[in-house]
Amino acid sequence: MKFIAEIDVMPKKEILDPQGKAVTGSMKSLGLGTISQVRIGKHITLELEAANEAEAREQVDLACSKLLANLIMESYEFEVKAV
Amino acid sequence: MNKFGVVVFPGSNCDQDMIYVLETIMQQKVVKLWHKDHDLQGCDFIVLPGGFSYGDYLRSGAIARFSPIMKEVVDFANKGGYVMGVCNGFQILAEAGLVPGALLHNKNRKFICNNVYLRSQTRDSLITSQIDPSQVLKIPIAHGEGNYFTDADTLKMLNDNDQVLFRYCDAEGNVTSEANPNGSMENIAGVCNKGRNVFGMMPHPERAADAELSNTDGMILFESILSTVSL
Repeated sequence: MKFIAEIDVMPKKEILDPQGKAVTGSMKSLGLGTISQVRIGKHITLELEAANEAEAREQVDLACSKLLANLIMESYEFEVKAV
Repeated sequence: MNKFGVVVFPGSNCDQDMIYVLETIMQQKVVKLWHKDHDLQGCDFIVLPGGFSYGDYLRSGAIARFSPIMKEVVDFANKGGYVMGVCNGFQILAEAGLVPGALLHNKNRKFICNNVYLRSQTRDSLITSQIDPSQVLKIPIAHGEGNYFTDADTLKMLNDNDQVLFRYCDAEGNVTSEANPNGSMENIAGVCNKGRNVFGMMPHPERAADAELSNTDGMILFESILSTVSL
């Protein structure tokens, strides 16, 4: 079966996100001073073959923990859908 | 040391500087190790040089860590072989889990290319054995992601085990937050692993080891390597 995974990788809460901080500053310049705490991560999509959803989740979890996210600085969440 | 191996990844750009210092200035045997190779060619000291391996895609060092040669480097390091990573090399070592911690984006959001000041924190390592901890070294940095980060337990372990090799300081040697160029925890500029055979540092000693460049403060790291061990 073919699956699509939608993965979000975010910098951990306790880590300063310089990119998010810069964008938060620009929100003020834009007149959107109500916006704060912008944090920027990555959205990753991928396709994979697996026998079932559990197996697909296992593979995606491995991909995330070994390569797509660095668990020292980032956390991840994902959804898997059959296509 | 019998032979140094400098790993060349696509996007490495400090490999030639490192080879020049080791071969021409320090008069050592050096071979280039291509990232697709599976053989360390009998080298007894491996260097991962600076640069932008694989365009720093995903995270600095994240893709390089899975290069074919890195399997050999990890095995070599786990057997006690000496491995040193400078700048991008440090990022690769951290991604591979060979040294603790991670290198985040610089706190000021800028790529910093500057001379900075460092002090060695221990004589108990191959690359710092000859450096007086009170001596201030002027060595350049050139990175966008050099902000050393780790969790509190690991930080304590690094300090307890004397694994911090260098801290950023001012010209007088004071380790202050003003002298911290990139936001690194406790001004950490370089660390080693628990086994004290893998070394990572953001500053570039190979860019400060040639009298023609009017700064030879980095030379003492190479002298340390050569003075401590002859295999």
